[in-house]
Amino acid sequence: MMTDSTSNALSSRRQSRLPSPELRAKRRRVRMFKNGLSRWGITAAGFGVVFSLALIFIYLFYEVMPVFKGATIDHEVTFQVPGDAQPLHLSIERYQEMGLNYGADGQVTFFNLDSGEVRLQDQLVGNDGADITVFARGEDIGGLVAYGYTDGSVKLARADYQVTFPDDQRYITPSLTRPYGDTPIQLDPEGAAIIQLGLQESTRGARSAMLVGYTNDGRYVTARLTTRENLFTGAVETQVARGVLPALPAQPQTILIDKEMRSVFVADVAGYLHYVDIRNPREPVLQHSVRAAPGEYITAVDFLVGTVSLIVGTDSGRLSQWFLVRDAENNSILQRIRDFKSHPAAITHIAPEYLRKGFIVGDASGTVGVHYGTSARTLLQQQMVDGAIAGIALSPVNRRLVVLDQDQNLHVSELWNRHPQISFSALWNRVWYEGRSDPEYIWQSSSGNDEFESKFSLVPLSIGTLKAAFFAMLFAMPLAIMGAIYTAYFMTPKLRGAVKPTIEIMEALPTVILGFLAGLWLAPFMENNLPAVFSLLIGMPIVMLLMAFLWRYVPAVIRGRVAAGWEAALLVPVVLGFGWAMVSISPYIEVWFFDGSMRQWFTDNGITYDQRNAMVVGVAMGFAVIPTIYSIAEDAVFNVPKHLTQGSLALGATPWQTVLGVVLPTASPGIFSAIMIGFGRAVGETMIVLMATGNSPIVNFNIFEGMRTLSANIAVELPETAVGSSHFRILFLAALVLLTFTFILNTIAEVVRQRLRQRYSSL
Amino acid sequence: MKQWFRSGTPWIWLTGGAVTISIVMVVGLLSLIAVRGLSHFWPGSVAEVTIFDPRTGETSSVMGEIVRSETITAQMAREGGNPVGEDQDLVTRYLFKQGNRDQFGTDFVWHFDSTMQDVRYPQGVMVIERREWGNFYGFPVALMTDGLVTVTADDPAFAAQLEVALARAIERANAQRVIERRDVGRINTAIERIRLTERGLELQQLPDEELASQRAELRAQREALDAEYDVLRMQMDELQRERRRDSLVMAMTDGREVQLNLSTVIAITQPNDMSLLSKFGHYFAKIWEFLTTEPREANTEGGIFPAIFGTITMVFIMSIMVTPFGILAAIYLREYAKQGPLTRMIRISVYNLAGVPSIVFGVFGLGFFVYYLGGNIDRIFYEAALPSPTFGTPGLFWASLTLALLTLPVVIVSTEEGLARIPSTVRQGSLALGATKSETLWRVVVPLATPGMMTGLILAIARAAGEVAPLMLVGVVKLAPNLPIDGEFPFVHLERKIMHLGFHIFDVGFQSPNVEASRPLVYATALVLVILIVILNLTAISIRNRLREKYRSDSD
Repeated sequence: MMTDSTSNALSSRRQSRLPSPELRAKRRRVRMFKNGLSRWGITAAGFGVVFSLALIFIYLFYEVMPVFKGATIDHEVTFQVPGDAQPLHLSIERYQEMGLNYGADGQVTFFNLDSGEVRLQDQLVGNDGADITVFARGEDIGGLVAYGYTDGSVKLARADYQVTFPDDQRYITPSLTRPYGDTPIQLDPEGAAIIQLGLQESTRGARSAMLVGYTNDGRYVTARLTTRENLFTGAVETQVARGVLPALPAQPQTILIDKEMRSVFVADVAGYLHYVDIRNPREPVLQHSVRAAPGEYITAVDFLVGTVSLIVGTDSGRLSQWFLVRDAENNSILQRIRDFKSHPAAITHIAPEYLRKGFIVGDASGTVGVHYGTSARTLLQQQMVDGAIAGIALSPVNRRLVVLDQDQNLHVSELWNRHPQISFSALWNRVWYEGRSDPEYIWQSSSGNDEFESKFSLVPLSIGTLKAAFFAMLFAMPLAIMGAIYTAYFMTPKLRGAVKPTIEIMEALPTVILGFLAGLWLAPFMENNLPAVFSLLIGMPIVMLLMAFLWRYVPAVIRGRVAAGWEAALLVPVVLGFGWAMVSISPYIEVWFFDGSMRQWFTDNGITYDQRNAMVVGVAMGFAVIPTIYSIAEDAVFNVPKHLTQGSLALGATPWQTVLGVVLPTASPGIFSAIMIGFGRAVGETMIVLMATGNSPIVNFNIFEGMRTLSANIAVELPETAVGSSHFRILFLAALVLLTFTFILNTIAEVVRQRLRQRYSSL
Repeated sequence: MKQWFRSGTPWIWLTGGAVTISIVMVVGLLSLIAVRGLSHFWPGSVAEVTIFDPRTGETSSVMGEIVRSETITAQMAREGGNPVGEDQDLVTRYLFKQGNRDQFGTDFVWHFDSTMQDVRYPQGVMVIERREWGNFYGFPVALMTDGLVTVTADDPAFAAQLEVALARAIERANAQRVIERRDVGRINTAIERIRLTERGLELQQLPDEELASQRAELRAQREALDAEYDVLRMQMDELQRERRRDSLVMAMTDGREVQLNLSTVIAITQPNDMSLLSKFGHYFAKIWEFLTTEPREANTEGGIFPAIFGTITMVFIMSIMVTPFGILAAIYLREYAKQGPLTRMIRISVYNLAGVPSIVFGVFGLGFFVYYLGGNIDRIFYEAALPSPTFGTPGLFWASLTLALLTLPVVIVSTEEGLARIPSTVRQGSLALGATKSETLWRVVVPLATPGMMTGLILAIARAAGEVAPLMLVGVVKLAPNLPIDGEFPFVHLERKIMHLGFHIFDVGFQSPNVEASRPLVYATALVLVILIVILNLTAISIRNRLREKYRSDSD
C-alpha cells in the first residue's frame, strides 16, 4: 500500500498533473479578462449610480431654469399691411393663422399672417354722410370694437372665427358679426361728433355693453346697451340707456371702462388720471383725480386682463401700474402700484396679454418691451423697427406678435414668453396684488377664473415649513437628547438593550400612520382635552422630580433591590398614572375655569384655534424625529471614551457633574449633528403635515393655527398642475429648495460627525 | 434638599423620564393601533335602546352597535344644540352604529346618557352586510321568492331556508363576477388590442389594398368577439334575474318593514345569539376576509387585498432594481474607487441622499421618469395608443423606479458597512494565494458581506413599503381596477396603476365620504402596515446583530 502511494506520488511528480503551459496561459488570460471585466463592470455601475443620483440635482435645475429666462422675439416675415387705409387696430386669432386689421375707413380685413394674403374684407358703414372719427375696443378676449362717427353715432362689431376640420385639417372661416345690431347706435342724442370713445362688454350674465363718448363740444355721454333676443324670430333687439358723466378739466386722451361697469377711467391730455364711479348710473361721481407723473404727459393707457389694473405710459417712456385701493377713509383711490423699466422714448402703444397680467409696449423709437404686471419684470426690450411703433397685436396664446411701423409695414414675429410671472422678488418679497389694500405674501396658485392673478409667494410655504419644523423640534429635542444621555450613560445595559431598538424601530414607522393618527385621533383628542394637554406639559417634569424626591424616603430594603439605572422603568407607572389622572380631570378643569369649553375660551379671548394645528403637528412630527435624533445622539454620548468619564469620577465628580463637564462637551458635535439631521427630516416631512394640518398657507407662528409646508404643497398641487407651466416649475423649484436645504444640513451634520469620530479615536 | 439638587440626582431622574415618555408613546401608539385595528372585526352585540327626547317628550328607539363613548362638558353639548339639563356639568354620550343608511340617511348617531332609558340586547337581531349602503340591523320577518312569501321568521325551517337562499344568491353573484372579470375583461382587452393594431396600421402608411385586407381581417375578429360578448351578456342577464328572485323582509327597530333583495347581501350574522366560540370563529373569518377581499363602497367597506398585493409587487420590483445597483455601487466605492477627497465627497453625498425628503424623489420621478422617459417610450413604442399614454403616466414601474432611487443610499450604506467589517487579513490571505482581485472579491469578500447586503435590502424594503408621499405623484391610486399581475399577457403589467397600503390609509382616512364608517378600516390597515414594517426591521436588526457577533468572534 505504502509503496504504491509513494510511487504514485513520485510518478505524478514526474508527469505533472498541471495543465499544459498553453492551457495555463489561456486560463490566466481568462482570469485576467474576468478580473478586468469585473473591474470595469463595477466601475461603470458605480459611476452610473453616482450619476443617477446627481441627475436629481441636474434635472430639477433643468426644469426650474426656464422660469428665470426672459422673453425672446424672432422675426419671421414683414409685409405691407393688407387693407386700403391706415389700421386703427390689429389683432390675431387664437390659432395664430390669421390677423385682423380694423382700417381707419371702416374697412375690416382678415389676412393670412404668414403671407399677408387677404382672406376676407368687410366694411362697417355708418349713417349716410357720417365719417369715422374715433375707434374703441373692449377687452381683447371679447373682441368687441366700436367706431364713432361725426353724427354722434357708434357702430359695434366683433370678429368671429368658425373652426372646422374637413379631412382632419384645421380650417378657419372668419366673419364679422354685429352683436348689437347693424344699425348704428345714437350715443349722443344731440348728434355731436364723438371724438373720444370708451367701450366695454360685460362677460357675466346677459350680453351687455357700455359706451362712454366725448363729444366735440366737450360733453361726456354714456350708453348702456342690453340685448334681448326674440325667442320666435331670433331677431336681436338692442336697448340703450343713455346718461352723462360729470365734466372733467381737460380733454380726454383715453377713456376706459371696467368690466363690472362700476368705474370709468379717463386719462386726459394734461397728464391726469380720473376715476369716475358709475355704480349708480344716474349719478356718476368723480371720485379721484391724480397726476400720473409730475411733468409728464400720458401717451398710452390700457387695462391689463380683468380690467382691474391700468398700465400708464408717458411721453418720457415711463411705465407704471395703477389700480383702485381703499384709503384710510375707505374711499377708493387710484394708487400707483409699481413701475416698470422705462423705455427710451414716448410710449405709443400698449397691448395687454389675453390670459395673464402681462403686456407688450411699443414706443416712439421703435423699441418693443415685454413686461409683466405682478412680478414687475421686464422680460425684453428690443429695437424692432425704425421710427415709432404704430400698433402691436399679440396672439391670445402669447406665441406670436405683430408690430406695425410708421410706413404701414407689418412685422410678424414669434414670441417666447412662457414664464413671466416669476421673479426673485415675486417669490420672496411682498407683492401688491390686484384688489388688495397692501402688499402681501400670498400663495394662491390657481382658481377657476382665467383673469385670476396667480400669487406665487414662497414665503407662506417657507414660513409654514419652518413653523412645523420648529414646533416639532421643540417637542422632540428635549425628549430625544435627554433620553439619549440617560440611555447612553445611566441606563443599565440590560434595559438599554431593549429600549434602544424599540425607539429605533419607530424611525421606520411610516409617517402616513403618524399623520393619520395625528389628524384623526390626536387632533380631536387635544381639542377635547386641552386642559390635560397643558397640565401634562407643565406637570410632567414636576411629577417626575417629586417621584425622585420621594424615592429617597422609600425604605432602603426596597431601594436596594432596584439597582441604579432603572429610574426610567420606575417612572413608567408615574407617567401613565399622571397622564390618566390629567385626562380624567380635564373636563372638570374646563367646567371650573373655562366655562365648559377651553377652546371656546380661546376664541373668546381672540386666539384662533384650528383643530388641526401646529401643536398637533409638533407632537406628531416630533414623534417622527425623536428616533432620528435619539439614535445619533445616543451613539455620540455612548462612544465618549470611558477613560475620560472614569477620570472625572475618580476625581470626585458626581455622575451628573461628569455628564455636564465631560460627556456633553465631548459629545456635543455629535448631538449637534443629530439635531441637524432631525431638523432636516422635519423640514422635508410630507405626510404628517399633509394630514395633521389644514394646509392653509398662512404667515404666522400661532401654535393653534395650521400651516402649509413646501413639501405638502408639492404633494397637493403637483398632480393637478399642467406640465411645463409656470406653476409646475415653481413646484419643482420648491423641491429644489427642499433638496438643497436638507442636503446642506445633512452635509454639515455628516462632516461634524466625521470630525468627532476622528477626535474620539485620537483621545 | 439643596444638597440633593446639587448632586444632580433629580436631573438624572428627569433624563430618565424623557426615555420613559418616549417609550410610553411608542408602546401607546402601537397598542392604540392594535386595539382599534383588531377590535373592528369583533362581532359586537347589538343593543336596542329607548331614547327619550326631553324637548318633545317623545320616545323613540335606536338599535345598533355601541362604537364608543365619550365624556364632554355639558356646555359643549348645549352649544351643539343637545338637550342637556341645567344641573349637569358633564355628560356622557354614546356613538351608535345604527346602519340602515338607505333608510335613516346616517349610519352613525350620538345619544346622550341622560336620554337613554333602557338598554336591551334582544335575541334574533340580524346584522346584514350588504354590497352597498353599509350594514343593516333589524329583525327578520319573512323570506320571499318572486314576490311571494315562502317562509316566515317564526317558522322553524326559516333559518335553514334562508341559509340555502343566501348561499344560492352568493354563488350566482360569484358566477356573475367571474364572467364580468375574466371573460368580459378578456374580450375588452382583445378589442382594445384590435383597435391599437388598426391604429398602428394607419400609422405605417401601408398601400391601400393591404390596409383594406388587414382591416377586414380585424373587423372579422372584432365581430367574433362582439358575438361572444353578446352570449356572455345574456348569461349575465340570466344570472342577474335569478339573483333578484329571493328577498328578505326585515323589520327595523321603529317598526317599519323593509324588503332586502338577497342579491345585495354578503353575509348575515346574529351576534346576540352567538356563543363566545362562534364569535371567535367569526372574528378570524372577518380578519381573513379583510386581508383577502377587495374594497367596496369607495374603500369604506371590504378588504384591502389589492393594496397589499400592490405594495408587495411594487416593493418586489423595486428590490430587483435596487439590489444589484446598490451593491455594485457600494463595492465600487469601497473596493475600486481611489480613496481620496473626491471619493469621500461622493460617499458623503450618497449618504446624505438618504436624508433628502422623499417628496423630492417623487417630484423627480414624476418629471424625469414619467413625463420625460415615459413620454419618449410612448412616442417610440406605443405610438398607436396615443394620445392616451401608456408609460407616460404614473404607474407601477415608475413608482418602483422612484423608490429604488430613494432606497439606493440605504442599500449602499449598509453594504459598505458590511464590506468594511470584513477583516483585511481575509482579503490579503486570498490575494497571497494568487487570486485575482475579482476572484477575491466575488469568492471571498462578497459572500462574507452578504448579511450586510441583506440588511440593506430589508431596510430598503421597509422604507419603501411605508413611503407614501412620492408614490402619490408617481403611480399610486385610490382604486385600481386591475391587479398589476394577472393572467393576461404579458402577466406583469408595469404600466398599470396600483393600490398601496400607505396611500390607502391616507385616502380612506382623509378623502373618504363616510369617515366614521371607514375609521376602523384605517386602523386595521395601519396595523397591517405596522406589522409588516416592524417584522422587516426586526429581521434586519437581528441579521445585523448576528453579523456583528460573528465578526467579533472572528477577529478574536
